[in-house]
Amino acid sequence: MKTIRLYLHYVSINVRCIMQYKTSFLLSAIGQFLVSFNVFLGVFFMFQRFSKVEGFTYSEVLLCFSVVLLEFALAEMIARGFDTFSGMVKSGEFDRVLVRPQNEILQVLGSKFELTRIGRILQAVVMFAYGIVKSNVVWSVSKVCTLLFMLIGGTVVFTALFFIYAALCFFTLDGLEFMNVFTDGARELGKYPLSIYGKKMLLFTTFVIPYALIQYYPLLYILGRQTSIVYMVLPLAACWFFIPALLLWKYGVRCYQSSGS
Amino acid sequence: MKKYLSFFHLRFAMGLQYRTAALAGIITQFAWGGIQIMMFHAFYRTDAAAFPMSLSATASYVWLQQAFLAFFAVWMIENDIFDAIVNGNIAYELCRPVSIYSMWFARSIATRLANAILRCFPVLIVAAFIPQSYGIDAPASPVHFLLFVLSLLLGLAVTVTFCLLIYVLTFFTISPQGLRIMFTSCVEFFSGAVIPLPFFPDKMRSFMELLPFASMQNAALRIYSASMCADEIRRAILLQVFWLVVITAAGKLLCRFAEKRIIVQGG
Repeated sequence: MKTIRLYLHYVSINVRCIMQYKTSFLLSAIGQFLVSFNVFLGVFFMFQRFSKVEGFTYSEVLLCFSVVLLEFALAEMIARGFDTFSGMVKSGEFDRVLVRPQNEILQVLGSKFELTRIGRILQAVVMFAYGIVKSNVVWSVSKVCTLLFMLIGGTVVFTALFFIYAALCFFTLDGLEFMNVFTDGARELGKYPLSIYGKKMLLFTTFVIPYALIQYYPLLYILGRQTSIVYMVLPLAACWFFIPALLLWKYGVRCYQSSGS
Repeated sequence: MKKYLSFFHLRFAMGLQYRTAALAGIITQFAWGGIQIMMFHAFYRTDAAAFPMSLSATASYVWLQQAFLAFFAVWMIENDIFDAIVNGNIAYELCRPVSIYSMWFARSIATRLANAILRCFPVLIVAAFIPQSYGIDAPASPVHFLLFVLSLLLGLAVTVTFCLLIYVLTFFTISPQGLRIMFTSCVEFFSGAVIPLPFFPDKMRSFMELLPFASMQNAALRIYSASMCADEIRRAILLQVFWLVVITAAGKLLCRFAEKRIIVQGG
């Protein structure tokens, strides 16, 4: 309880800090919106030409894209401190974190709360609403639950990836740019249901990095193509991915040698 | 001329220093290219008749786009120049007996060239070994290849002059943030960085092809695999020259105007 209150306090500090520069905030939020809007336009115009892709219609793809975008934006908003963690290690700021009598994860999480991602979230919500209206999915309690699970599972998986990214900084002292392949790349990949990329990609995203568990399988359930309850809870199962991420982080903290600056 | 050449030389040598960053960039570009191509394959499998280019031409387009990303990515804009304008260091540059427009031009070209040279060969070489319709094809003919190189360089010049326009406009707005966001997302969309122009509906495409944005990467990448006919190629290259002249003239004019009424932000 106390931790949650402390975290909320961190968030409020961050938000007040951002709100000091309102124009800058507004412009960044618009920028976030436009960047993902371009990606959306790409999908939109592809479907002007093609009516379907591997059995998925435009509105179905939109549903899937918007959920992934929302998950990603949420994770980015919350775990931005981990995304920019290399700066903290390089500047020696992390030493200060370690000497405080508080959990280090909480402090890093609280170091940054990226409210500008609201632009992306807004975009995802609009797209999602549009997708729902167009797709004539018959919503039931279980489908709404599935959607909720997707959001939870997806945010956890993306957050875990940011954790891994940050943990690697302990060993390299610098951000590894290629990790973008797994975070931004996953968002890019998630525009379309993962099955369109072929069997191998589906296997990889099921068992190695569980993107498919938070996107493809629950989507099948929502679209009514699968009725088994397993498909409904798979996104929650994707949370296993957080465990290795956390272990790597813990291991990294133990190996941490200050950069000395 | 000599002083601009030395600016070019300086920046070029500097650009070549960032080899680790280039390596990381190459890995990202492979992943990006791979995702794009797999996506196009899926659409092709679903409905081959609606596909506007040949599949291998599309794959070549994607790989060339990744290889020459540093030429055409408008978001790779030089922050130093913005910083100089915002924090007032621009005053030093204005004291020098050089035209800032030409100096910026020389250094932007050099940075992009150095970046592209570091990144393009690994991408192209590996892509050449990837099996057909996933990898990059040989150019359609030697003539096409020469035209491709010409159009590539023209495209680079158009992109750079366009970026210069953004720098110059910053003199008037002071904060580069808004301009930058608007321009970069416009360029991304209209230049064919999101999806190649042939994939747009026909009416829209023929309009988009006239815009200056189409003179950036679109022309060169489509000439390479001959997905334009001879007439279209001629028109595309002429348009590139036209836009290069127009944008440069506009930029120089604005720059002269800005220099007269410039207010140096205190340092």
